[in-house]
Amino acid sequence: MSKFPEHIAIEKSHPTAVLDWHEQFGDRTLIVEAKQLVDVMTILRDAFGYNMLVDLTAVDYMPRRPRFEMVYHLMNVDSHTRLRVKVQLEESHPRIATLIPLYPIADWLEREVWDMFGIKFEGHTNLKRLMLYEEFEGHPLRKDYPKTKRQPLIGPQN
Amino acid sequence: MSEVETLSAVTPALPPDEPEFQQKEMLLNVGPAHPAMHGIIRIQTKLEGELVVESDVEIGYLHRAFEKSCEESTWNQAIIYTDRLNYVSAAINNIGYCMAVEKLLGIELPPRGQYIRVLMSEISRIGDHLTCIGASAMELGGFTVFLYMIKGREYCWELIEEYCGARVTTAAARVGGMPYDLPEGFLDKCLWVVKEVREILRECDILLTNNRIFVERMENVGVMSAERAIAWGWTGPCLRGSGVAYDVRKDFPYLVYDQLDWEVPVGRRGDNLDRYLVRMEEMEQSCRIIEQCVAKLPGGPINCSEKTVVLPDKKDTYGNIEGLMNHFKLIMYGHGIRVPAGECYFPVEAANGELGFYLVSHPDEHSKDGCNDRAWRVRCRPPCLNMVASLPETINNYMIADIVPTFGSVNMIGGELDR
Repeated sequence: MSKFPEHIAIEKSHPTAVLDWHEQFGDRTLIVEAKQLVDVMTILRDAFGYNMLVDLTAVDYMPRRPRFEMVYHLMNVDSHTRLRVKVQLEESHPRIATLIPLYPIADWLEREVWDMFGIKFEGHTNLKRLMLYEEFEGHPLRKDYPKTKRQPLIGPQN
Repeated sequence: MSEVETLSAVTPALPPDEPEFQQKEMLLNVGPAHPAMHGIIRIQTKLEGELVVESDVEIGYLHRAFEKSCEESTWNQAIIYTDRLNYVSAAINNIGYCMAVEKLLGIELPPRGQYIRVLMSEISRIGDHLTCIGASAMELGGFTVFLYMIKGREYCWELIEEYCGARVTTAAARVGGMPYDLPEGFLDKCLWVVKEVREILRECDILLTNNRIFVERMENVGVMSAERAIAWGWTGPCLRGSGVAYDVRKDFPYLVYDQLDWEVPVGRRGDNLDRYLVRMEEMEQSCRIIEQCVAKLPGGPINCSEKTVVLPDKKDTYGNIEGLMNHFKLIMYGHGIRVPAGECYFPVEAANGELGFYLVSHPDEHSKDGCNDRAWRVRCRPPCLNMVASLPETINNYMIADIVPTFGSVNMIGGELDR
């Protein structure tokens, strides 16, 4: 499959940034190296007009390695083109740079991912749980968190 | 003796360095039990007099593990969880989720099924907008409007009830089809409801749009520029109120929206009044869509013919062995709808904006065919989260009383916000 125009432009300045690309059901996807994510996102926003971060989430592919995948959905609101950017993260100390300087909405979405998956965002100044409470133990959307697990503050099932 | 001197004699002189009286700022919690916060959100504000100088929004009071529950249930079982996202327009959530699964399966509904979905979506959208504006108007003292609009919403919900038996928890879609065909006389009732809704809109337009009290509290309050709105990921009526004509139904057409004649209203200033006006006009456009659907509704099947996805007719299930086997293959544990490995994102235009489902199907260790009978990951992109996340930008530097109309125009729905 031929490369996307975004891919070709990124390769000019960051030859090792894009690890893979594919198109499935019409959704174009770039898989990017974690260290160069912010650079890639800056190019996509400034040169290609992807001015909206539609969604930011993670997927836990346990027991596959690398275990986690960050998924960013971008959209150019003027030309109505979409692009998905994915980053793969290792299981031990998953961390990635924050996107708050580029998209303010990343603040809450990254807090949600920290809450649910325990992925840390470097540079995020207010990385606390978004949905759950501070005393909650574990990160519930990880595949090794059982649905029936009880929390200490909830107490045993009667 | 002058009057001033008398007063100072009565009031004891305060020491000027008393910290309590030098304090200019005050911290005030709005919610979670404040009626205008609709139950489940807390805004910590820092006030200077009545001016909000800083605010922090806290959510999560209604978190019910929607995504985890969907990942633990089969593709069709997850539909009932989607009812509980935006519970005012549940049918749109059902349809959005089912269309995302259909995108993974690569199937499409026959025309009649698609028209019924459009019909259900637009009836739900009218109900949602009526609730939003009615509640906003009530919070500003317009209780009459609330009663009129809730009456209109009741007409819409009665239509939904007639179709699927429930007003709120609709489950009004299935993967690969619709649960029922339209009941007898449904189309005539649709037209009657459209007529009634138009009458309500006309009345409320007279009551609100030129009402000085209402307009002065809405105009130039909660202003969001188009550029900032896009950066915050706003969609739906709020983004269109800021002047960006982005509508998923027009720009990424799904179902039969591209075959219908309707328009996307946009605002100019991006304030509360524009968001109100956009919603009012959108209801009129939804009425137009419903009328065209009623006129154009084709005959034929409502479900796609894929036997591995859609349950057979009841007469086949009870009448012949093939139908019975087909039925059991679809509902037995570990069988069900087998979705091949893959991922997709599918957006629909919900009442608050772009409702997107990012689904991942990934075979687990028990899978022998590389498929899975349940989602590996169900991510719901809730449209109102972006507007709530950016609340500090729309309520800071306005009066504390302006929080109420601004928050009302966001149409925060706890079910989809907290999931």
